[in-house]
Amino acid sequence: MTINTENTAALQPLLEIRDLAISFSTSNGEVQAVRNAHLTVMPGETVAIVGESGSGKSTTALAAIGLLDGNGRVSGGQIIFDGEDISHASEKRLQELRGNSIGMVPQDPMSNLNPVWKIGFQVKETLRANGLPHTPADVAKVLEQAGLPDAERRAKQYPHEFSGGMRQRALIAIGLSCRPRLLIADEPTSALDVTVQRQILDHLGTLTDELGTAVLLITHDLGLAAERAQKVVVMYKGRVVESGPALEILTNPRHPYTRKLVESAPSLASKRIDSAKSLGVQSADLLTSEDSAKLKAADNVIEVKDLTKVFKLRSGLGKSTDFTAVDNVSFDIKRGTTTAVVGESGSGKSTVARMVLNLETPTSGSIMYNGVDMTTLNTKRLFEFRRRVQPIFQDPYGSLDPMYNIFRTIEEPLRVHKIGTAKSREAKVRELLDQVALPSSVMRRFPNELSGGQRQRVAIARALALDPEVVICDEAVSALDVLVQAQILNLLADLQSELGLSYLFITHDLAVVRQIADFVCVMEKGKLVETGTTDEVFDAPQQDYTRALLAAIPGSRLELPPEVA
Amino acid sequence: MAGYVLRRVLQMIPVFFGATFLVYFLVFSLPGDPIAALFGDKPVNEAVAAQLRSQYNLDQPFIVQYLLYLKNLVTFDLGVDFSGREVSAVLAQAFPVTIRLAFLALMFEAVFGIVFGLIAGLKKGKIFDSTILVVSLIVIAIPVFVLGFLLQFIVGVKLQWTSPTVGGDAGFTDLILPALVLGLASFAYVLRLTRTSVIENMNADYVRTATAKGLSRPRVVTVHILRNSLIPVVTFLGADLGALMGGAIVTEGIFNVPGVGQRLYQSVIRGEGPTIVSIVSVLVFVYVIANLLVDLLYAWLDPRIRYE
Repeated sequence: MTINTENTAALQPLLEIRDLAISFSTSNGEVQAVRNAHLTVMPGETVAIVGESGSGKSTTALAAIGLLDGNGRVSGGQIIFDGEDISHASEKRLQELRGNSIGMVPQDPMSNLNPVWKIGFQVKETLRANGLPHTPADVAKVLEQAGLPDAERRAKQYPHEFSGGMRQRALIAIGLSCRPRLLIADEPTSALDVTVQRQILDHLGTLTDELGTAVLLITHDLGLAAERAQKVVVMYKGRVVESGPALEILTNPRHPYTRKLVESAPSLASKRIDSAKSLGVQSADLLTSEDSAKLKAADNVIEVKDLTKVFKLRSGLGKSTDFTAVDNVSFDIKRGTTTAVVGESGSGKSTVARMVLNLETPTSGSIMYNGVDMTTLNTKRLFEFRRRVQPIFQDPYGSLDPMYNIFRTIEEPLRVHKIGTAKSREAKVRELLDQVALPSSVMRRFPNELSGGQRQRVAIARALALDPEVVICDEAVSALDVLVQAQILNLLADLQSELGLSYLFITHDLAVVRQIADFVCVMEKGKLVETGTTDEVFDAPQQDYTRALLAAIPGSRLELPPEVA
Repeated sequence: MAGYVLRRVLQMIPVFFGATFLVYFLVFSLPGDPIAALFGDKPVNEAVAAQLRSQYNLDQPFIVQYLLYLKNLVTFDLGVDFSGREVSAVLAQAFPVTIRLAFLALMFEAVFGIVFGLIAGLKKGKIFDSTILVVSLIVIAIPVFVLGFLLQFIVGVKLQWTSPTVGGDAGFTDLILPALVLGLASFAYVLRLTRTSVIENMNADYVRTATAKGLSRPRVVTVHILRNSLIPVVTFLGADLGALMGGAIVTEGIFNVPGVGQRLYQSVIRGEGPTIVSIVSVLVFVYVIANLLVDLLYAWLDPRIRYE
């Protein structure tokens, strides 16, 4: 008898979303954000919702905890939590469920802790609101479980005294502090470095296993979803297009959108190449060795030698301490190739990029451009240099002037360098837009009227306007959704073979490096720890740090059957 | 922290000298002869005038006058005004009245501005919000003397809830109506500032997280929305305290409050240098100290700000 009831209890889903429809009232009327969404989470199970931004994945999850934005509402269907329909539950009932029964770990650790209260206070009020003991010792215990060392002292600090990873641990501590049966984890690590991301996800996995907590994981990365969840639900434009066991979705995607996601998931790309090799495609092997021989023979367009940058940090009145951001870094960029500089935030990779762009003066060392030391250039020569070396920055929302239309944005460098007449400049802008696969009709539009991917194309067109030799891409694709990211990477590769460009690619994402780079430089705490061709570094990493970075790529631990390739 | 406060206090010294010098210079440059004005319609008696000029050092060049004033100041001798009263006694009589008035006005604008602003922000777009926005706009648009006379007429003369003018020793209850008028414009600003700030913070990620933690709505509002929203409001209130003290000239005039504003106005009319400079210097100090307090309060409200 007892066994029987336990069985039925286990068979009842913890969370069941049926036919869910969510709409937002805007000034243009009702907008359907989610329609006919179905998903089921069994007790103790991890289910991932995968989709790009705007697919409705976060909206669906937030609806389950009654946290839709003010103008959003559940317009149809049911959300059944533990046998109770909570889609239209009262605020009082939801308040009882939140924290206690359904916990949440939000996306951005930087903005989800209140900056004016101590970490300990923010944990304590959670415990108190849910009727749990909340002495300083209890608070410290909760923080410690989330993997925060020295918790008692840490509890007395403010969020701004925490690193991103530590804040996320604090948020996990808060989310799990009341032992909820369901945890909604909304892109819990997308704002963190890969190695930190892995630690946090590992820890979260262990904790929820121990506590028997079910997890609804929201992510845009299919590789990460497949690695962490038993079941995957793929959402596209507000609909669930496919769902099922994680590996099945990955190996046998049926919906065209899922197939595209699998193809472009950066974290899976490396795996596919591996699989091809293991299948013994010898021609491919031959090709790569021939290629790399050719690559090694190319001359250097930029040679960086013993580059060092020391920043003075202010510490109190008139005093300053030195901080070595870049320490004796040397590498070359060969003509027509892509060199990637990889590292976590704070590794000094962006400072290198800024110095190569001559936006920052090196403390010592030299940067040779076509055999001339850039640090010795006078103003006029520097102006010439700027024309030949162009940047593409990370944030396409921040790097385009919102008051300039697209034509003016792309034309500006031509005008500054006094190239051509008004007429020829317009022809050039048309040609550039064509090169980056944008219709010339966008010329009269403004950045806020374009999508993130389109903006990044505009930024690329602007960088190419002056026919540069070298393009410095500082995290040029990290702000983009995976599908758009794949498009932009393809575009950059096409442009390289067409125009013979050399790229310096700054990124924290090794999966992207695998797809685009010929040479890799790995940086850690300002020092260059490993350099080599991409294949060398990925296949036989020499340094522990590189190995850790590689292992941290989401999906790298997935055991894929060969037919995925 | 202690070092920071000390440095800020030391900064007051140049501010003090600069302010007194400037004001002294301005008074010196005023057209007309204050001594001649003392005789009114009567012919000027040259002997008396010369004696008065030497008594008030008006026969000396500007820089000598200023240095003599400073010399007396060090010994806390602020001099006497033209009616022969000690300036320090004048100040001692006027300042308590104005401080009471400014304090009442500040309380009024802070309490009502923050409460109404909070409610309006939380109920953005609803009737209460729209109404209070329009009303606050009207309050800001109407000049203070119009509001002053209007309220004086309605409350003081027609309804006779208070006496229309204050006068005498001006206790707290007498000052309620003038304080209301004085604080009304700033009340509207505080309200709007709080409302904007609340709306901004209401949609912050940490507020959503606080709700997700299972906190009750009142707690989310007071602990997570209100404290963060008060940061810009406190800055405004601190700066406003200085303005309330010195800027009460019109209000004090309407309600016949014997405070600093009225004194200052009379001294300017009579060209009484020492009185003007003394009053303005005290006001400068009030302003500087209010600003220091705001900065310290600011650091308390927002722990990301630390002074070294």
